[in-house]
Amino acid sequence: MNLLNLFIIALRSLNKNKIRSLLTMLGIIIGVASVIAMLAIGQGSRDSIENQISGLGSNVIMVFPGATFRGGVATAAGSAQSLEMDDLEAIRANCPSVKYLSPVARSGGQIIAGSNNWNSSIRGVYNEYLDIRNIEVESGSRFSEMDEKRASKVCIIGQTVAENLFDEYTDPVGQRIRINKIPFTVIGLLKEKGQGAMGEDQDDIIYAPFSTVQRRMRGARQNIQQIFISAVSEEKIELASEEIDELLRTRKNISMYEDPPFHIRTQTEIVEMFTSTSNTMIVLLAGIASISLIVGGIGIMNIMLVSVTERTREIGLRMAVGARSKDILRQFLLEALLLSLLGGLIGAAFGILSSKLFVAIMGWPITVSSYSVVLAFSFAFIVGVFFGWYPARKAAMLIPMDALRYE
Amino acid sequence: MKEQDQERKKIISVKNLSKIYDMGAVKVHALRGIEMDIHEGEFTAIMGHSGSGKSTLLNILGCLDVPTEGKYYLDDADVSHLDKNQLARMRNRKIGFVFQTYNLLPRTSALENVELPLLYNPEIRRKERKERAMNTLELVGLTDWSEHFPNQLSGGQQQRVAIARALVNDPVIMLADEPTGNLDTRTSFGVMEIFQELNRKGITIALVTHEMDISKFATRNILFRDGRISKEIIIKNIKNAGEELKKLPPEDEEME
Repeated sequence: MNLLNLFIIALRSLNKNKIRSLLTMLGIIIGVASVIAMLAIGQGSRDSIENQISGLGSNVIMVFPGATFRGGVATAAGSAQSLEMDDLEAIRANCPSVKYLSPVARSGGQIIAGSNNWNSSIRGVYNEYLDIRNIEVESGSRFSEMDEKRASKVCIIGQTVAENLFDEYTDPVGQRIRINKIPFTVIGLLKEKGQGAMGEDQDDIIYAPFSTVQRRMRGARQNIQQIFISAVSEEKIELASEEIDELLRTRKNISMYEDPPFHIRTQTEIVEMFTSTSNTMIVLLAGIASISLIVGGIGIMNIMLVSVTERTREIGLRMAVGARSKDILRQFLLEALLLSLLGGLIGAAFGILSSKLFVAIMGWPITVSSYSVVLAFSFAFIVGVFFGWYPARKAAMLIPMDALRYE
Repeated sequence: MKEQDQERKKIISVKNLSKIYDMGAVKVHALRGIEMDIHEGEFTAIMGHSGSGKSTLLNILGCLDVPTEGKYYLDDADVSHLDKNQLARMRNRKIGFVFQTYNLLPRTSALENVELPLLYNPEIRRKERKERAMNTLELVGLTDWSEHFPNQLSGGQQQRVAIARALVNDPVIMLADEPTGNLDTRTSFGVMEIFQELNRKGITIALVTHEMDISKFATRNILFRDGRISKEIIIKNIKNAGEELKKLPPEDEEME
């Protein structure tokens, strides 16, 4: 019997038992839909984490001083005074894979503008820092070289700070504010950046020239709390990190086998850390969803076994008029396959639809990837063949004489 | 008659045929050394009580089963030792079956039921299949019923669909297993009338029955007892099913 006829016969027999076919497919429909939806949710959360981390900047490398030990007692990481301004200049001069670099001096405190006040953190940075972290200024200007040299009392403020200090009719640029009683002029307003990777408000920040914060607010000279560096390209992140490590080790006379008094973190490492957790989640979700797919497959097997028993006489008759075992096997296998593929198709539609619904209603970050649809669909196919085989084989092995007289 | 037989082609030739069912502890001898020929154009009724071996013989003749011993030639080909697939092919090309319980596919039109054997013959295209199915339905007088499902047909009509299905592949012999077993006398005669008509047109028929009055419509009766042929009768005074049907009391009276 040719394939087209087989196909028609299988389709017709499914059509004769519409409700039963639909209920049988339900398992596969739910399985495929949940695989697609779960993968979409997992993929979506991974993408959003990646997005947020990439909000850190482009090709970012961070260097921190390490912790110091005083009589075996560790102080907080970053508290060691092991990074100095000379190190910074040496990195700039000797590491070809480094594009931008900027020291960071952290401070914070009370900010007063007129009758309003707000508490925020202040970062002292070079102008380059804005390039490293892709920070854009919405209005006003960035720092000039003179600002850095003179330790000018100027600052660029984030949206949250501006909202809390000024009413909506006041242009913050040009306004005078006081940070820890030191008067500053606002020279720029940052573009809104939203939430960071850890849920922190990236707009609740004030940037000032590094020298201003370092000298006027921290009272420090040489020691640097943190260095932000960007590599020339994504591929060069590793290389740049190695160059910096080598340079700093040479400058501080530390062999390759010792723990250095500084840490280098690259953006890639941070991304990997986060994506590995969300990968675990994806595997977990997909695993649970696949179990429902397998349960759906067992449902198909169950119904096909019932169908074979019910249609024993039909099988006997088909054999009596010339169907070979192979023809019967194909007929029932195709029926199982049609059930699972049709279920897969409906399930895929449901999966995509429900993912879109999640986006619309819950506002979850969801990404339906084409590979998840292909995966779920081919899984449904395999389930169909696997669970359809046994009933089909049982039908094909029937002895025509006995099948014809089956009551 | 004898002389005529020798001229006629042997459709079925059975030599020393035995069938033993191995039931573990006991061996059941269903057939013990059967010798039998069926010639082209014959209408043979195989008679016997249940357990006499007549159904076993019909299964072997219909290529549904193989003999334990002996030879079976169907249309000059030895089919005693064919494998499953070859037997399926023989059934598809050479045999037409009619069953006691019709065995029509439910929720499938009469026409499609008749088409079924041709579906398993890859040499026959769709158009030819439809044509042949329609022609055979005409032969049994069911042209107007071709699109009806079996549950919309009477028992007699269903059996006629089954007969059409047995004929559609142009078989060398039509085998019927108690074809009137589920029908009342009137309908039985009606079905036998069709068999006789077909036989007159040259179709070879072998029929298993235990009803004496049904066997009288055949040209030849073979009696089975305990796996052996106990008697063979050539019917001289063949009854005409159509005329017998007219002799029956009118349907209205029978209804009362």
